[in-house]
Parts: sequence; structure tokens; C-alpha cells
Amino acid sequence: MGDRVLMTGNDAVGEGAVRAGCDAYYGYPITPQNELTAYMALHMPAKGRVFIQAESEVAAINMVFGTAAAGKRAMTSSSSPGISLKQEGISFLAGAELPAVIVNVQRGGPGLGNISPSQADYFQAVKGGGHGDYHQIVLAPDSVQEMHDLTILAFELADRYRTPVMVLTDGRLGQMMEPLVLSEGPAPAPPDKPWAINGAAGREPNLIRSLYLVEGELEQLNIRLQKKYARISESEKRWEERDTGDCDILLVAYGTSARIAKGAAAEARAAGIRAGVFRPVSLWPFPGERLRELASQARRILVVEMSAGQLIEDVRLSVGERVPVDLEGRMGGGIPSVSDVLARLRALDTEGR
Amino acid sequence: MEEKAIYSRPDSLTDRPMHYCPGCGHGTVHKLIAEVVDEMGIREKTIGIAPVGCAVLAYFYMRFDVMEAAHGRTPAVATGVKRVLPDKLVFSYQGDGDLAAIGMAETIHAANRGENISVVFINNAVYGMTGGQMAPTTLTGQKTATSPGGRLVETMGPPVKMCELLNTLDRPYHIERVALDGPAGVRKARKAIRTIFEAQRDGKGYGFVEVLSPCPTYQRCTPVESLKFVGNDMAATFPLGLFRRGGERIDA
Repeated sequence: MGDRVLMTGNDAVGEGAVRAGCDAYYGYPITPQNELTAYMALHMPAKGRVFIQAESEVAAINMVFGTAAAGKRAMTSSSSPGISLKQEGISFLAGAELPAVIVNVQRGGPGLGNISPSQADYFQAVKGGGHGDYHQIVLAPDSVQEMHDLTILAFELADRYRTPVMVLTDGRLGQMMEPLVLSEGPAPAPPDKPWAINGAAGREPNLIRSLYLVEGELEQLNIRLQKKYARISESEKRWEERDTGDCDILLVAYGTSARIAKGAAAEARAAGIRAGVFRPVSLWPFPGERLRELASQARRILVVEMSAGQLIEDVRLSVGERVPVDLEGRMGGGIPSVSDVLARLRALDTEGR
Repeated sequence: MEEKAIYSRPDSLTDRPMHYCPGCGHGTVHKLIAEVVDEMGIREKTIGIAPVGCAVLAYFYMRFDVMEAAHGRTPAVATGVKRVLPDKLVFSYQGDGDLAAIGMAETIHAANRGENISVVFINNAVYGMTGGQMAPTTLTGQKTATSPGGRLVETMGPPVKMCELLNTLDRPYHIERVALDGPAGVRKARKAIRTIFEAQRDGKGYGFVEVLSPCPTYQRCTPVESLKFVGNDMAATFPLGLFRRGGERIDA
């Protein structure tokens, strides 16, 4: 077993990237993810790897684009407004089929917003964000341990599918400290990348592009991308369940909200309300089939999220009219409390009887 | 009769008809780059970064690894490649809109970091691919699709002089401006490109060559007039010559 240490979530992401064999990190200061950039500034050069504080989030994602094209593992991180700036680059990564890891430590919006934790970038993360028909894999940790583990997984999935992968977290998970067990041993070597541009020595030149002007070519690229997304959907759905076996009310939440939902569900159980929690870990692909199965046994669903209601749309798409779906949400950096969610559970429990 | 080859297509140039307009400078500069790559024997180590603009399809003509970049981001992409492949020869090929408008920040900061890359800047004073709009380097008074009355300094600012601007930074190793206004200018361009490629190979750092270049289509003249426009009108605004050599500023 690896070492057990106490770390902030942001540092745990950084250490995960280092252990995953990240060759280059490009960042730009923005709160509440600054600890991650500082962590990489300290640890990457010390290991002979690349760290650059870029001139902008735009430059950072394009440095990632270059490093990924060169066949090396690259990561950038930011928080909501900075992630908006990276969307062009993410679309290009998707179009050019390049692996990369992007970390979004979400803060309140819209606009400059505030620096409190938020989950209001869900749509941007899972529905595209940038232009064109594409998806990125989106992983949502709910503990410092998972900040570490899912970052490592993000590098593996990015390489396996030649696609950008986002770790979608928030300022609370980024800033808080928890004990975690660090991954042990060197990460598995990345797959061969015969497509990389690293000098056409003894082979035909490689070309990395997302421009296809000849009629029909771009449609063919899109067909290939959609087939890849279908493969990812088939294989990469991840979720966690708690007390779903006999649950009457099913809470659905990810990340920080899932921690609150778990706390409320435990208190509800103690009060005789049969509550369970379904936590999507991959937000795209969304584990909708399992949620649909659970919806056939639960009487109600309560979605808890730090937004005006974004995750709830995927929940409704998954369960259809099987069961009423309600929202317990806070916006603009507000965080639902366990007592708020518990009160809501009590009300729903009474209402339904 | 015995045939003697006195010229042939560079090995680093593909045998493919170019899509450029008659009289365009891009084809000439592509060929110069290919010749320099051949001379230095580095075809299998060279990585080109193509811009957004007319030269986005440069990869169809260059027989080494090439990748696209988003509009203006070419120096950031080149940085991302070079930092993880320091032994390769990485050059960024950019037009005036790409380099001096949307990509100004990336251009300046790559130069300021002294990235060990080479930048070939094609300045033809207009946006070509999108249809002849005003570029940051459009001359004062020059008519374009978006400056139909001529570029007016009071509202549009004067043309941006990139060599002079970059020369204020401490880290660049070589900065030079040349013009494709005739055979002598073409030879100078070739030498300048070779200089910055060799500098990169030897780990000297950032090299920048600005090539004043004909674009008869959007400079709105014949190919011959375009050469005169480049050599006379453009060179009057953008003085030719060396700005930085061996990391040292050259006094004007």
C-alpha cells in the first residue's frame, strides 16, 4: 500500500498527475486552484519535467495541445472563468483527437462571480463547452482521495481514447485537507503513439489537424468521433451507490454535493426515512441506465447540486416520467447544508405518504 | 546530349501543386524552408506548426511532421512541442493576422521566455484567406475590405512593427526583416531562415524572421506591382535589416 498522507485536494491532484507520469503542466493563476499550480511549480522541474506559468489560460491549453501532439502527457488546470477561455483549445483537442487532462476547480459564476465553490459548470463540462459535436470524459471526485485517484485515471483514459478528459471539482474539494493513500509504484507506461509528431525519422510524415475542407471529410471525422464516444459510453460509466437497496427516496449528487447528500441520507435513515444516494463519478458518460433501474424502485428522487439545476436535466433524461424528480440547489457559491437537505427529505417523505 | 541537373525540388517539399494565388509569397517561403531543412540534413527532426490563414495547408507541401494550431496560438503550441522534444527543430509559420493580432500575446511571451524555437512571420499587410480584411500590419491609407476608405490612424492605429516591438525584449537571439521583392530579397530571406534554424539547433534560442511578402490578390495589384509594393511601400513602413544578432541589439 502507498503512503498515507494529509493533503489538500488541489495538492492531491498535483501529486496524482506527477505519479501518472505527466510530462508537462501549464497553468495560470486563478483562485481557488492556485495551490495546484504552485504544487506543480515545485515538483515538476525537480523531476526534470516541464512547468510553465503561461501568459493566459488560452496559451496554457495550447501548450497542452503542443505537448499532447508531441506524444507526451500534458495537463492544465484552472477555475471556471479560466476554463471558459480554454474551450476553444478543448474543441481543438477533441477534433485533433489528442489526449490531455484539464482540471476545473469550479467557482461561482456567471462572469467573474466569486471564489466560493460551485457546480454551475456542469453543462459546460458535459454538453460540450466549446464548438462542434464533441464530448470530453468528465470525472467528478468527492474526496481528496478521489482527487488523486481520478487524476491518474484521467491520464489513462485520455491516452486510451485519444481524447481530452476533465476532472470536474470545486473550490471546497480543492482547498480542504483529508488523509489519503498515495498511489504506489510507477504508473503503467502510456500506450505507443505512432501518430505523434516527433520527427519523421524512418517513417512518412505525421500530420495533426482538425481542418477538413474536402466535402464529406469532416463528416467522416465526426462519424469516427461519435463511434469513439459510443465506445466510451459503453465502457467508462462510473458511479457509487449508498443504501440504494431498499431506498424510498433516492438522492442524486456528485462531488461536494454528494458528500452533503450522504450526510443527510445517513441522518434521514436514523430518523426512519429510507434514503439512499446515487453518485455519478463519470458525469460524461453519464451512468443513466443504472439510475433508471433505481428509479423503478424509489418513490422520489432528490437532486442536490450547487447550481440552478444542471445535473437534474441528465437525471430527468435518464428516468423519464417514472418518478418525480426534485431539486435542492444553491447558486452563486452557496453550499447546501445537511440540515437543509434533511428538511427537504422530511418534507418529501411526508408529502408522499 | 548529356543532361545536367542544376536545380531540383527540395526533398522536404512534396510534389503537389500549391493552392496559393499566382504571385503569392507563401510558396516561395515554403520552398526556402524546405531547402534550408535539406541543407541542414534535419528533415527527420523537423516539426512545423501551421497557422490559421492561407498557410494552414502548408502541411500538404512540407515533407516532415506538421501540425495545425488554433488562430494565433502557434507560438504556445510550438512551446508545448519544443519543451518536451528539445532535440527537434520546431518552427512556427504565421501570417500577420495570426501573429500580430489574435496571437500577439503568445508571440510576445514566447519571445520573452526566449523559447528555443524559430518563427517565420509572413507579413503581406492583409488577411488573405478570409478575403482581404485589414491586418495589424496594413499600411496607413491602404484600402482593404474592412478599411474601404483606407487605414485611418486616428481610429485604426498605425501598422504594428513586430521586429521593433520584439526587439525591446531581452531574450530573443535573432530578429531580422527581409522582403520578397526580387531574387536578392529571396536569397536574403533564405539566409535569414537558415540563421534562425541553426541558432535553434545550437541551442541559442528564439529566432524571428519577418518576411514582407507579395499578395497580389488582396494588395489589389498585379504580381509585378505586388513586388514593388513589398519592396517600396511596405519596406518604407517596415525597414529591412537586422534588429538582433547573436542576442545583441543592432543600432539603427
